[in-house]
Amino acid sequence: MTYDVPVAPGESAVVEERAELSAETWPMWEVFVRARRGIAHVHIGSLHAADAETALQNARDVYTRRGEGASLWVVRSSEVHAFEPEEISDFVDANEKPYRLATTYDIPDEVGHM
Amino acid sequence: MTPEERFEAIIAAEEKIEPPDWMPDAYRNTLIRQIAQHAHSEIIGMQPEGNWISRAPTLHRKAILMAKVQDEAGHGLYLYSAAETLGVKRDELQTLLHQGKHKYSSIFNYPTLSWADIGTIGWLVDGAAITNQVMLTRCSYGPYARAMVRICKEESFHQRQGYESLIALCSGSPQQKAMAQDALDRWWWPSLMMFGPHDTDSTHTEQSMEWKIKRVSNDDLRQQFVDMTVPQADYLGLTIPDPELRWNEERGHYDFGEIDWDEFWAVVKGNGPMNRDRVDHKVAAWDEGSWVREAALAHAAKRAESAA
Repeated sequence: MTYDVPVAPGESAVVEERAELSAETWPMWEVFVRARRGIAHVHIGSLHAADAETALQNARDVYTRRGEGASLWVVRSSEVHAFEPEEISDFVDANEKPYRLATTYDIPDEVGHM
Repeated sequence: MTPEERFEAIIAAEEKIEPPDWMPDAYRNTLIRQIAQHAHSEIIGMQPEGNWISRAPTLHRKAILMAKVQDEAGHGLYLYSAAETLGVKRDELQTLLHQGKHKYSSIFNYPTLSWADIGTIGWLVDGAAITNQVMLTRCSYGPYARAMVRICKEESFHQRQGYESLIALCSGSPQQKAMAQDALDRWWWPSLMMFGPHDTDSTHTEQSMEWKIKRVSNDDLRQQFVDMTVPQADYLGLTIPDPELRWNEERGHYDFGEIDWDEFWAVVKGNGPMNRDRVDHKVAAWDEGSWVREAALAHAAKRAESAA
């Protein structure tokens, strides 16, 4: 489906204007789901809720309607801290220490699998 | 490497752009507009189907329909969340919808007149949605692509339950089959309109394709949908309301007639049969729910206070 509704002649393609919000909004929460026992919780999305209890209930209803989860975590989005992309690229792009990688060592074939 | 070069390199390498990355303003605005319209479509799309929950013919069909409408709410939520990663608030987007400044897919501006419409929507409208959304799982913006993966899995249920309910009608009484044919007659052309204007008239397809937000053009998606759907109509024993529809051996595709573009633009501009009702209903639901939103916040504040 083209959810991207076409622009009718005379209309502007992008609504630049922002809307004023009249009321306080529910805070945002990040949702993590453990699909089954034995694997880690994985970030699956986010939602809005007034408190942790309703955030969990909403997460259950929205993200695990078809048995996708054996466990759920919700974390206030404002409590998640991260590097800026340019900070992280410093150590992702510049792999200056190849000797840390197992594949950089030559082991003779006759030694067998190591 | 400048941020712009980095952005271009990520797109060229078929990798995903993620929320904190630098991106051109036009890329951000295009995505906000598209994802918001997509989210609004899911939410408004609950109305034509919700219309039949109380009148579903069996408890089984009622349960299915409620599950489907609940899925649509979930899809709206995934999509608003994806839009929020671009720096807008969900409530802000909804306000723009309520003010008529944001749109949603025109298909939801048509009424659901009979029970057969519900099966037909699952088959055709969700079928068209899947055609588009499978493409969007490969979109260059990570959060949008990921939301699409979840949505596509659930849409498959939507389409299959719709087609199955039409099989039931088409193998029922002559009146039931006539009801299914009537629904197909009314929904066929609006479903083809869902893919948007011809490529030659589509103002932002080219840029969206370059940015890999969109990966297949409107006309190609529409052709894909027609090719897929015609044999399904044959199986039901229903006739697609297009005298020009025929298999073209040379092209290896079905040829089909021209869409009524005057109707298409009229509905886009707000003059479809249901445009005003849909938005009025949405605004009323939002306003009537404000006390719930306020009460939940007050309750959370009180609990936090007594815990402290």
